[in-house]
Amino acid sequence: MDNNLILKLEGIEKSFGEEKVLKGIDLSVAHGEFITLLGPSGCGKTTTLRIIAGLETPDRGRVLLEGRDVTDEEPNTRNVNTVFQNYALFPHMNVEANVGYSLRIKRVPKKEIVKRVEEALELVRLTGFEKRMPNELSGGQRQRVAIARSVINQPKVLLLDEPLGALDLQLRREMQTELKRLQTHLGITFIYITHDQEEALNMSDRIAVMRDGVFEQLGSPSDVYDRPRTSYIATFVGSANIIKGKVVKQTEDSVFFSCCNGTGIAALSGVTLSEESEVTVALRREHLSLHKEKPENAHGFWTVIKEKRFSGGILQILLSYGDDLELISSKQGLDSDMTVGDNVFVTWNPENAVPVDLDGDQ
Amino acid sequence: MKNRTKLPNIYLGIVTAIMYLPILIVIIYSFNESRISSVWEGFSFKWYADLFRDKSILDALINSIILASLSSLSAGVIGTLAAVGMTKVKLRTNSTVEYIATLPIIIPEIILGIIFLLYFSLLGLRFGMTTLIIAHTTFCVPYVLILVKARLAGMDKSFVEAARDLGASGPRAFFDITLPLILPAVASGMLLSFAMSFDDVVISVFVTGVNVNTLPLKIYTSLKTGVTPKINALCTLMFIATIILIMLSAYLGKLNRINTTDSKEETL
Repeated sequence: MDNNLILKLEGIEKSFGEEKVLKGIDLSVAHGEFITLLGPSGCGKTTTLRIIAGLETPDRGRVLLEGRDVTDEEPNTRNVNTVFQNYALFPHMNVEANVGYSLRIKRVPKKEIVKRVEEALELVRLTGFEKRMPNELSGGQRQRVAIARSVINQPKVLLLDEPLGALDLQLRREMQTELKRLQTHLGITFIYITHDQEEALNMSDRIAVMRDGVFEQLGSPSDVYDRPRTSYIATFVGSANIIKGKVVKQTEDSVFFSCCNGTGIAALSGVTLSEESEVTVALRREHLSLHKEKPENAHGFWTVIKEKRFSGGILQILLSYGDDLELISSKQGLDSDMTVGDNVFVTWNPENAVPVDLDGDQ
Repeated sequence: MKNRTKLPNIYLGIVTAIMYLPILIVIIYSFNESRISSVWEGFSFKWYADLFRDKSILDALINSIILASLSSLSAGVIGTLAAVGMTKVKLRTNSTVEYIATLPIIIPEIILGIIFLLYFSLLGLRFGMTTLIIAHTTFCVPYVLILVKARLAGMDKSFVEAARDLGASGPRAFFDITLPLILPAVASGMLLSFAMSFDDVVISVFVTGVNVNTLPLKIYTSLKTGVTPKINALCTLMFIATIILIMLSAYLGKLNRINTTDSKEETL
């Protein structure tokens, strides 16, 4: 067995009443890893976290912490701590009492508690806030207290349930950096829940994209972004264009497909597709190139520009071919000599076109 | 337009007068110099002085305080445990239990009194302080139960989960987190119980023994021998004490509302 393995989930299943929330979750987490469970609300990510914390018991499957089966253990005996979505700071205790709570339970000497609380607060940059009550803190400060409270006991794994969900955009960005800094500094394994793909791509070592109680894809941010396995992931993470076509021919490392009025090409190896079969291809918005004239030997389609949008320094061009195809191209900057109504030829680098939904259960 | 805004105020005034005038009269006449209640002869504290010299009344007062304290204390413990326990059972059982548990305040007092009388006779208990405490505890439990249950329902369960997550055992989390957070509700339920027990006549009549008198019972029996302004003075004092208790209970109820929900909403 891998010695570096800290947490392992094996075939976790869980139902609430009639509804099956988790349908077999397998996950191995290495020491010091930052793993994000990414998915829309209701996909089962919080339930997964609660099972790891011991706040829920799975119907089936096992939870292993450093190789020890903790599936049926109480939450207080697991060396795992949670940062709750609403922070759950004890309202009748001040910051110092909140942060030092787990040490008081362990009967750590008072002097040491004071010292360690001070250190923990320093870590989250809240020195001097010891005597404040939770309702005297801002959202961001509460969040930091919650983190200090969870890391003071040096857990093996820290679980974070949408910790930035209640904060405004700017604070969220700051806290992302801060969290990543903390994680590197402490060397604790983070299991992080979010529905924000940007957050996931920014911070994680690996991302598990969840959908309807299963992991649809588990991989590094670039795996998930550049090589999405399904059209769902392609659109959920970074909102890619989805093109459906029919296979025309296949070479060793690419597949040609027909769609609308043209032929597209996508990189593909290791999978054989029969001719005339359907193929779905994901294409990132930033990977589309638009041409007024069809370049020599190029593969692509003719489309019409429907709309131009400019927001946040990015120009988005909405393209269509009748009702059959709609694409969005995006690029940095305003300069574009194209106007609405123009016919443009769309091309892309075959490497950036990813066939998805090839097999239901990869 | 003006009439429309005045009418409710007039109505409110009349209703308030009808409801509270008698109390006001009792209070005023407790300061009456005259022995006959209906004749005003001048201001005096003499009935209050008389009152404090009456040993039987003081004994009854002490009995009442002991009774109300012990009943509200046991109702506080039983009601709180029941409310906490009910959060851990299935919803359907829960509502049935709640219905049964609140029966003592739905059943007419006189019937409850007869029930206790029969029950204690059957058990062969000697009527006196013990039977009074059991009976009073019974009708006080629902007040504590209802208040604590409401408090628990409004409490974010992630507080307890966070405590468990940080290493607290179930009982430890209860004493560290749940109990302090529901304490205002427990206290306000107990104060209400105290007031209820302190005032009770109907049930007490049935379950008291020959030599145990509570204050309301003492007043009730004195009425048979004619009202003296001494009773007015006693009623005034009891009225004030009850008002203070109810206000204290309401104040705790207000504290109750602070800090119950999770901290998220305020940040949004």
